[in-house]
Parts: sequence; structure tokens; C-alpha cells
Amino acid sequence: MTFVIQGEKMGNFGLRYQVFKEELIDNHGYEKVLEGLKNTILIAVVGLIIGIVIGIIIASIEVMPKYRILPKILNRLCHVYVAFFRGTPLVVQLLVGYYVLRPMMGLTINALDSCMLIYGLNSGAYVSEIMRGGINSVDPGQMEGGRAIGFKYSTTMFKIIIPQAVKNILPTLGNEFIALIKDTSIVSFVGALDLYVAFKYIGTNNYEFMVPYLAMALVYIVLVLFITLLIKLMERSLKKSDRSK
Amino acid sequence: MIEVNDLHKSFNKKIDVLKGITTTIHDGEKIAIIGPSGSGKSTFLRCLNCLDDPTGGQILYNGVDIANPKVDINFYRRKMSMVFQQFNLFNNKTVLDNIMLAPMYFGIKNRKATGKTRQQVKTEVRQKAYSLLEKIGLADKADAYPSQLSGGQKQRVAIIRALAMDPEVMLFDEPTSALDPEMVGEVLAVMKKLAASGMTMVIVTHEMGFAREVADRIMFIDDGIIMEEGTPKEIFDNPQCARLKDFLSKVL
Repeated sequence: MTFVIQGEKMGNFGLRYQVFKEELIDNHGYEKVLEGLKNTILIAVVGLIIGIVIGIIIASIEVMPKYRILPKILNRLCHVYVAFFRGTPLVVQLLVGYYVLRPMMGLTINALDSCMLIYGLNSGAYVSEIMRGGINSVDPGQMEGGRAIGFKYSTTMFKIIIPQAVKNILPTLGNEFIALIKDTSIVSFVGALDLYVAFKYIGTNNYEFMVPYLAMALVYIVLVLFITLLIKLMERSLKKSDRSK
Repeated sequence: MIEVNDLHKSFNKKIDVLKGITTTIHDGEKIAIIGPSGSGKSTFLRCLNCLDDPTGGQILYNGVDIANPKVDINFYRRKMSMVFQQFNLFNNKTVLDNIMLAPMYFGIKNRKATGKTRQQVKTEVRQKAYSLLEKIGLADKADAYPSQLSGGQKQRVAIIRALAMDPEVMLFDEPTSALDPEMVGEVLAVMKKLAASGMTMVIVTHEMGFAREVADRIMFIDDGIIMEEGTPKEIFDNPQCARLKDFLSKVL
């Protein structure tokens, strides 16, 4: 009884909580939540993987010496790509990609796959900058040292520069992953089911949104804290290899 | 063995650093290059192995013009190894790996021509690396990383890294300028040993005492040209041009 009275003071929280619990467990709302969670993680993970592939391609074009005409043209194209994906909101990219480009190009991929693709393209623009920064932060003397012992540009890159750049890049990539996780909360714009859609679904049954949305926030923060922890552990193991060897 | 003909270098087509250098470097010769900062002496050295691409003139290495972009410059860089002011040891490799990296890579790449197995190459290169490390007294640092070495130790390792490729010429770009004073001696000692072994050396340096002792010929570069050259005796005891006299009065 006291529980309910206290709850009234907080906008009937106790009662609303009971309703939420009923929806979540008895009416199998948790199935939606789990599917939403799965999709959220899937979009972020696949998006990051696509992003890393695109990022590697763009970053290697950008750091390449540009004596010849082809690298110059490719470099221009990369600039346009990065400018577009960093210069427009993700929602716009999502809407344009799904409602404009997808039908125009005659693609028949579903909303979830479209999201992975678009998040990947978007993330590629950011990851390329992360990688370019990571490579440029390696002392230019390392490249000179490599060239002076007769290594080709590419050999020096793979044997000397990139192993050193990875240490700078990995922690920042973790941050990019967190950003992606949070950005997935807008995929409902194109009708994909994510955490937000799942909790909205639970709330809609009784028009009770207070507890579902609070729970949604909690799920996100736990997810992000968990990933942060993983990144911390990874960073620590990188530092360890720095010292012990 | 190296003939330099009217070498020019300008940056961004505007700043002329080298304005026509002509000289010949003979087998076994030790050349010290001196001059005020910004005079182009480091640029000249870096042009010799095309780390900075010359913008005009020729560099004939045993008759082959290596300033020509079509030449496989990486092949010639292995014959003309370089030691840098900032050491440029590979931070992600141990001392031993730094030394072994290039000989291993090219040894394995050319193993068909030499008829050696991968393992033979590795054993040979490792033995050589250790014997070089022992010569400079750093065998116990073989598994250390560059970040764990002092400046003098780093530079000595950089010298034997360059030496491990069996070069015909060694280029030194102010090898002691980034060192604490008490470490200069140990690096110079290694270089003196190297000079005594008959290696052809081109050394950009501010160590006048070292230049006088070791060099067969001294080049005074100022304003992008060789203002004066001669034996140490001629340069230090009987300088001719006013710029050299002025320079020597400041550094000696």
C-alpha cells in the first residue's frame, strides 16, 4: 500500500511499473526488446565493419603520395564522400538512402539491411578520418627510416607505420562504435525494429510510456558502459605490450 | 664512385636550396660537410640517396644516374645507407629486429638467387646482427625497445642498422646533434672505427674536431653551393673565402 502512495507522489510510478512488468513479461514484450537489442547491436557491428573497410580504403588513398593523376582524382572523390557523410544528418542519409536511392536503384533489401549499409557508409567517413589521423600521428622519421634502408613506400607502411598507427586508432574506433550504438536509435524512421521501437511497442498497448522509456534509457546506458569497459581492457592490454616487451 | 653534376634542389618550385653542386666522392673517402644552418648541407646529403628528390642535375652512382625517377632507387638506397639526426629507429621493433629487418627482408626476397633457405638467411642475419651489437657493446640490449635506450645507444644502434645491409657508402646527417654532450663521444668513437675500416663516408657535422681528425676532405657549403673544399689542413688552417673564415671564427 505504501508502495502505491509513494508511487502517486512520483506520478504513480509504482502502478505504472506494474503495468510495464506485465507487458514485458506476461505479454511477451521482452521478445520485442530482445529483437530490438539484437538489431541495435547488429546495425552497429555490421556498420562498423563496413565502416572500417571503407575507412581503410579512403585513408590509404589520402595518405598516398600524390605524384600521379589517378591518386589525385581518387583523393578528390574521397573528399566529396567524406564531406557528404559528415555534412548531412544521419537521419537525412537514412531517409534519402531508404526512400530515394533504394527504389531508384531497384534494390529489394529490407529496412534492417538498408540500415546496416547506410550506417556503414556513414561510419566509413568518420573511420577514414580516425585512421588518417592515426597514420599521420606516427613520426615522419619512421617513414624516412624505412625508405632509407631500401623499403618501398608500401612495405614501410605495412611493416613500420601501420603497426604503430593501430595503437592510436583502436581506442578511437571504440568511441566510434559507441557513437554508432547510440545513433541506431533513429532507425525507426525507415521502419526497422530497434530498442526504441520495442519499448514504444510495449508502451503503446496501454499508452503508458513513463517506465518503458526509462527502461530503454537504462538498457542503452548499460550497453554503452559495457562496451566502454571492453575498450578500457583492450587499451590496457595494448599498453602492457608496450612495457613488457 | 659517386659523381654529382650540377645538382639543384628547390622546394615548391620557389625556394632554391641547392644551386648547382658538382663534386666527386671516391671509394673509401671520408668527406665532412660543414656550413651554417640552412645552408643546404643536409639537403645535399638527402639528395644523394634521393630521400629528397633532386630537381635538377645528375647523381651518377658507378655510372648510373640515380636522380632519374625510373631507376629503382630502393636498390641504391641499400648501397648508400643513412644515419639520421633523430635516429629514426623503428619504435615498434626491438633493437635486434631493427637491425635484422632489412637484411632479412631482402635476403628472403633474393633467396632464389643466392640459393639459401629461409632458415639459413635468418641464421646468418641474426649472427651478423649479434656480432655487430657486440662490436658496439650493446649485445645485452638486443631485446630492448628503442624507447628504453639512451640517445647515444639509439644512435649507435642506428649506425649498425645501416651497416647491417653491407652498404658501400654511409651517409651521416648530423649524427650527434640531437645527443646530450656526454653521449657524443661514444657515437663518434663508433664512427671513427668505421672510418678506420675503410668505409666510404659522407658526414654532415658540427663536430669540427671530429671532421679535422677523420675527414680526408672537407666541404664548406653555404647558400646552396660548395663555397670551398679541401683537406682539413687547408680548410681549418688556411681558409680562403670570407664566409668560411667568418663561419670558423664562430664555431671554433
